[in-house]
Amino acid sequence: MRYESPATTKEACTLLAKEKGTAFVLAGGTDLLVKMKAGMVEPDLVVDIKRIKGMCDIKKSASGFVIGAATPNAALSENAALLKAWPGVVEAAQLIGSKQVQGRCTMAGNLCNASPAADSVPALVAAGARVVIAGPKGKRKLAVEDVPAGVGRTVLKKGEIIEAIELPAKKPKSGDAYLRFIPRSEMDIAVVSCAVNLSIDGKGVITAARVSLGAVATTVLLVKDAAKAIIGTKLDDQAKAKLAAAASAACRPIDDKRGTVEFRTEVAGVLARRAAEIAYARAGGK
Amino acid sequence: MAVLVKTTINGDSVEYACQPDESLLDVLRNRLGLTGAKEGCGTGDCGACSVIVDGRLTCSCLVLGAEMEGRTLETIEGMADGDKLHLLQQQFIDHAALQCGICTPGFLIAAKALLEKNPDPTEEEIRFGLAGNLCRCTGYDKIVRAVQAAAKEMRGA
Repeated sequence: MRYESPATTKEACTLLAKEKGTAFVLAGGTDLLVKMKAGMVEPDLVVDIKRIKGMCDIKKSASGFVIGAATPNAALSENAALLKAWPGVVEAAQLIGSKQVQGRCTMAGNLCNASPAADSVPALVAAGARVVIAGPKGKRKLAVEDVPAGVGRTVLKKGEIIEAIELPAKKPKSGDAYLRFIPRSEMDIAVVSCAVNLSIDGKGVITAARVSLGAVATTVLLVKDAAKAIIGTKLDDQAKAKLAAAASAACRPIDDKRGTVEFRTEVAGVLARRAAEIAYARAGGK
Repeated sequence: MAVLVKTTINGDSVEYACQPDESLLDVLRNRLGLTGAKEGCGTGDCGACSVIVDGRLTCSCLVLGAEMEGRTLETIEGMADGDKLHLLQQQFIDHAALQCGICTPGFLIAAKALLEKNPDPTEEEIRFGLAGNLCRCTGYDKIVRAVQAAAKEMRGA
């Protein structure tokens, strides 16, 4: 195996594009090194992107936040503006692993690892986040929900890397939230998860919403019917019941040791309702 | 091909050569003789290999030795000041917060990182902060009490 730590994104893309064997990007390494240890992957080349300028930075602008792909999750909650604007995203990211893992793991890595149960991904989808992808042919942007192609697979092409995650600016009177079900209090993988991001008007009526689900399909789901169920409402009981039903209806889960199809389908609705309540309160709704 | 690395460990400049796929934990233990960090699981679940890299608590089993060029590393070997134990170390002894001792260096490093960020943690914050460290002997209670006592002492100092 070769280890490279290029100083620019362009060099990183060139190294990855030219490699004839198996090549992996190294950011936090909390998935990659575990897979290497288990013999699941045997890289010929590992490209460490942490030396690239801006890769570990969080930048705030009028259009939102740009989070460098190698920014460790521990840095997210240390950024007061980010925490204030997108508490659901930060909370989701901080549910991953221990303090030790938080010191290294990244949201971009969580997305590229492409586990259906990735905690930060539904929250990013609900927030309307996009990724900046750099490659041999230049840059492109994609919505986060368009990145996973299946379990463990993404739409990134050879030589492409995620350079940053872009979160939009927080809209006035908006709020986001993320909840997951796990049988323990922490240090576990989501059995079902749900993120809700919504905006309200002066009367408390929901004007826009995005609802996403994790661990109930091969990839994260953006559930438009669930959003429709609450738009135009004040999140009354009837709206919440419709939201829960739409979330459950979107589930296409598997049975495994962590949860059954029936359980995941039911709990997706429960989490959607509860996450919507938190997001609504954060938006200033009563 | 070996990678040459210059780094700072516990305040000392250190140079080493390692294989590109060699973990930082293996570098510390097998090349540098710093055997305080232990390999429990090797997959980032147990925290026995905890170190602090550029101020962030990390499992050294999930870091490549090759990544350490120019970084600042703190290990358990740098915790005591010569013969004078760190307050956390002393409180672990006073509270009998260890039995077999394998997890202890990791707990001490994690507790140090926790108290540097939060000098006055609640019991719940201590338990959450140390959730990445597994101990199969103590039942955790003595560890939590030792950290509480050290935190109190450190705030008073």
